[in-house]
Amino acid sequence: MRLKCPANFRIIRLPCTGKIDVIHILRAFEKGADGVYVVGCMEGDCHFKSGNFRARKRVEQAAKILDQIGVGGERVKMYNLSSGEGPLFAQYSIEMDNKIRELGPNPVKVALQAKKQAA
Amino acid sequence: MIIASKKPIEEIIQEVKDYKRLLILGCNECVTVCEAGGKKEVEVLASTLRMHFIKEGNEKKIEERTLERQCDHEYLEEIRGIVDNYDAILSLACGVGVQFTAEKYHSTPLLPGVNTCFLGANEQRGMWTERCQACGSCILARTGGICPISRCAKRVMNGPCGGSSKGKCEINKELDCAWQLIIDRLRDLGRLDDYEIVAPIKDWSTERAGGPRKVVREDVQV
Ligand code: SF4
Ligand code: SF4
Repeated sequence: MRLKCPANFRIIRLPCTGKIDVIHILRAFEKGADGVYVVGCMEGDCHFKSGNFRARKRVEQAAKILDQIGVGGERVKMYNLSSGEGPLFAQYSIEMDNKIRELGPNPVKVALQAKKQAA
Repeated sequence: MIIASKKPIEEIIQEVKDYKRLLILGCNECVTVCEAGGKKEVEVLASTLRMHFIKEGNEKKIEERTLERQCDHEYLEEIRGIVDNYDAILSLACGVGVQFTAEKYHSTPLLPGVNTCFLGANEQRGMWTERCQACGSCILARTGGICPISRCAKRVMNGPCGGSSKGKCEINKELDCAWQLIIDRLRDLGRLDDYEIVAPIKDWSTERAGGPRKVVREDVQV
């Protein structure tokens, strides 16, 4: 399967999306990421029963925090797909890429860059 | 355990905004278990505040530390060497921890990062309910193991009151009437006779009404 994906995202592999915590998402933004999306297995198909439900909750918590500090909760998103859905994986990455381009860069990164330039 | 809930981030931002160097201090005990002020919450709050203040052009030094307890001298001593590196400490411990830290580090402003709520149990994931008001003279032996002081809205000692209806309390239809629970349990234990005994007037001097309290145990003092 040769599918086109945007070249600007980095894949971080987890044993299960249930491993992800709010802090992992926030740290990505602190380090300058413009967006984060979590791709879990289909709901109901988690090998560890509820890992992907936990992940969804944590993505929601992170989104809420990012909204509260004006970084923008729309920059994080949870997707679910099965391991056989490569084309959908590619489609989601394009969707996310478009969304982030629409939103513009992470304001935390922008502020840090501005500070560096001023110095 | 002591149940606390997170303070709104807006309130915390307001409290800390004028300090340049901030230590966020978590506690490994109750507030960790009720997910309000443990290491994880410290990390999330620190990251949130760092991002907020960078974005506002008011970058701060915000560091993290979590102690085993903040209500014991020995653990609080662990930060003695670093306290002077900060203009303020934001403590995510319960009110006891915040105060004990403040007493120890007299010249460092101490700010609370959580609201301390009550003594309660983890009834289900993400839900904590009150069970005890630390009255200092426990009567659970007479009340089927259910506390009317913390669980009855009126703290009635010989209940229920006239507002008890279909097992629920009159202040809230969702809330079990504590006295209904007491009677049901005494019945199940075959101890309804206990219910007939009129409770004596409770001595409230061991409760907060008697002023701040103290427990002294000479047997364990060295
Ligand atoms: S009777 Fe007093 S000590 Fe016992 S559970 Fe109730 S409030 Fe707590
Ligand atoms: S209804 Fe029951 S719980 Fe509510 S105040 Fe009356 S006795 Fe207490």
